[in-house]
Amino acid sequence: MQAFAQLIAQIDASSGTNAKVAALLDYLHQSSDDDKLWCIALLSGKRPPRPVRSSLLRELAAQVSGIPLWLVEESYHVVGDLAETAALLTPTNEEQSELSLSELMQELGALRKMDDEAAGAYIRATWQKLSRYERFVFNKLITGGFRIGVSQRLMVRALARYLDEDPNTIAHRLMGAWSPGDVQFEDLLRNPRPNENLSRPYPFYLAYPLEEAPDQLGELGQWQVEYKWDGIRGQLICRKGKLYLWSRGEELVTERYPELGELDGSAWPDVVIDGEILAYKEGKPLPFGLLQKRIGRKKPGKKVQEEVPVVLKAYDLLEWHGEDIRHKALRERRKKLEILVDQVNSSNILLSPKLEVETWEQAAALRTECRALAAEGLMIKHLDGEYKTGRKRGEWWKWKVDPMSIDAVLIYAMRGHGRRANLFSDYTFAVWKASELVPIAKAYSGLSDKEMAEVDRFVKRNTIERFGPVRSVQPELVFELGFEGIAESKRHKSGIALRFPRMLRWRKDKAAAEANSLEDVKAFLRAQART
Amino acid sequence: MPLIHFTERGLYCPRADVYIDPWLPVSKTLITHAHADHARPRMGSYLSHHDSVAVMRQRLGDISAEGVRYGEKKKVNGVEITFLPAGHIPGSAQIRLASEGEVWVISGDYKLENDGLCEPFEPVKCSHFVTESTFALPVYQWDEAGNVMASIERWWQQNSAEGLCTVLQCYSLGKAQRLLHALSQEIGEIFVHGAIHNTNEALKTAGYKFPHAQYLDASVDGKRLRGAMVLAPPSAIGSSWLKKLKPCKVGAVSGWMSLRGTRRRKNFDRGFVLSDHADWKGLNTAVLSSGAEHVYVTHGYSHVFAKWLRSQGYQAQAIDTAFGGEDEDAEQDEPANPESN
Ligand SMILES: [Zn+2]
Ligand SMILES: [Zn+2]
Repeated sequence: MQAFAQLIAQIDASSGTNAKVAALLDYLHQSSDDDKLWCIALLSGKRPPRPVRSSLLRELAAQVSGIPLWLVEESYHVVGDLAETAALLTPTNEEQSELSLSELMQELGALRKMDDEAAGAYIRATWQKLSRYERFVFNKLITGGFRIGVSQRLMVRALARYLDEDPNTIAHRLMGAWSPGDVQFEDLLRNPRPNENLSRPYPFYLAYPLEEAPDQLGELGQWQVEYKWDGIRGQLICRKGKLYLWSRGEELVTERYPELGELDGSAWPDVVIDGEILAYKEGKPLPFGLLQKRIGRKKPGKKVQEEVPVVLKAYDLLEWHGEDIRHKALRERRKKLEILVDQVNSSNILLSPKLEVETWEQAAALRTECRALAAEGLMIKHLDGEYKTGRKRGEWWKWKVDPMSIDAVLIYAMRGHGRRANLFSDYTFAVWKASELVPIAKAYSGLSDKEMAEVDRFVKRNTIERFGPVRSVQPELVFELGFEGIAESKRHKSGIALRFPRMLRWRKDKAAAEANSLEDVKAFLRAQART
Repeated sequence: MPLIHFTERGLYCPRADVYIDPWLPVSKTLITHAHADHARPRMGSYLSHHDSVAVMRQRLGDISAEGVRYGEKKKVNGVEITFLPAGHIPGSAQIRLASEGEVWVISGDYKLENDGLCEPFEPVKCSHFVTESTFALPVYQWDEAGNVMASIERWWQQNSAEGLCTVLQCYSLGKAQRLLHALSQEIGEIFVHGAIHNTNEALKTAGYKFPHAQYLDASVDGKRLRGAMVLAPPSAIGSSWLKKLKPCKVGAVSGWMSLRGTRRRKNFDRGFVLSDHADWKGLNTAVLSSGAEHVYVTHGYSHVFAKWLRSQGYQAQAIDTAFGGEDEDAEQDEPANPESN
């Protein structure tokens, strides 16, 4: 626990990736195999379900520090993190824990089965044995939300150096279903037996956004152009006749989408298909908003399956007859994918078409029509490119359609979390309906740190009312909001919901009265309906 | 009619016709301390502790200012005015105003811990206490300054061993001098940015000594910075000035560094939690030892602290002011220094 807390502190304190990797490497060298596994699992988000409700943590923090719950709550709004709040509220001591990480995780496994009283007693007793920073890490572990500044990529880099292996190999070994309780470090990472884990997916290859004109990419003939479908990225695996469906979030979603998970794979070769899980009906993709009805459901009923059926738009093939073909060129993988889709012959697995374009101008024209197809833009992939691991520049580009945009007025601000703790960084924007401002969207991305600090100062000096972490402010600041889609919504006062709203620009040149009206926004809705 | 009114220009005592730390121009002022959010330009006259006068003259130029000693009594229109130590920075004072049995104390900014540099905080009995609340949340609990100084020195030694320059961001009035006073001279040379140098010069006229602080001007050879410590204000850390110090590590010394989110957002190599403001316990102790029934909370988490004090039986209310506090960078204590190198 001491070593792990120290690792987190080091990662937390360092801004450069090299220092983070060095800290990880240090930890790998000094800790037991069991501790290593837990460290990898925790840092890559493979954590066990949270053993303790956050309300219990609030109550304990209030008890131990002798302050009322409302004050714990106020503190939390400022700190932006409950685990940290509780660690800061409880009295300091000089102790450090002797428990190893894996021993602690075992104890936490038992904690989940305890009632509140027993759990509370355990937590209070443990707090006394921990330093303040350890207490913070411990609180993170018991409330589940363990996110710190380590990407999967850095973990992979450190492990690759530790094991003297190729990073891509390590990334692949870490994929899929495993938990520190039922696998050994040795078997998972040092000497894995091939095909032991039939459900294991490959790391996804992710595209970079194209920011310049596409003709910078050279000859169009070298590229494959496809639609960028607006669904969820998925990997469909068939091995030994059994099907597994993974989402990009490394979640096994086979049962969520029976249209794919229950296909009969008994006659299929061993293959892994990369594609998009897409809501699709009567030969046409449905808007992403509808797919949302399916995403949360573990076992979808007949009704919702009929209302929002899904298909897989297949665009790549990673394994063919049991062989990893990621190193082969796209044009070759594509040929095999076409053979496979033909052979499988299912109405639920559709080939994502290669677009027939001869010039970049034609591609640009197709891109402008994407919205009507519920696509987000175009994908541009190099025909000679291999299938890489993670987000890599150069061979896969996403060329999204330009966002729709409106000018809206800032009316509420809320304190943020994490890096934005104690900073008013989450905003609600409104547009005019006659002489009234109606909230239209929330947004918290798109501003530079400097601009955010400036808005923060404005909020603090122009507060009208306080509601917990939220403040209403003088309606003065105008921002240009960009969004990817618009839909009617009964839940919102404005009657509409924007998809992916974000701040494109601070319109310091505009006064609140010059912001758009609700009518202007609804015009987008009508325009969208026409296409 | 109460002795003190809360007006849109600031705290006002009609009987003596003086404002305390006003934010808009007025004719007569009492100033708790020389930080920019309390001592503003364009006032008709300034009355404050001698040490504050020295700094204000340097910062605000040619002003009409008068200095007093701690505990010295002034009578204005029958109102007795006394400046008592607030322990915040050199010259900082709580201002006591008494008339016809009504006693008010306006705390300005304060801390209870003795920093060895400025006159330590002195509890003052009163019926009405105006307190700051910069760190008025129970999550703010300061470690002893000695421990913090020791960890700063350890970090400095590590950086020295790697041939790096150690840069500490600190306010040029208060925090910088506190560090100069406490840091060991054994580890290496200590240089200061122009804004800190100017403040030091002003304080020297008031009798303070900073024998180890060297002005980092253009004549200093870059080689001497390897292994050295450089103190600089926030405005310099955010500018190209910092480039000259590379390779270096940059740390910050502030109460705000106790929050992980702030530490991460600011992207310093290290954050040290050391404040010249009282923490939660300190604020509660100060309110208690004032013996006041009426408490007015300004400068920070004023609404939360007032609510807490009410739950503890005080008649407390939050007063909106133009002081810093809730803003992390509000205590911008120096106007951007034109000659900073
Ligand atoms: Zn101050
Ligand atoms: Zn102040």
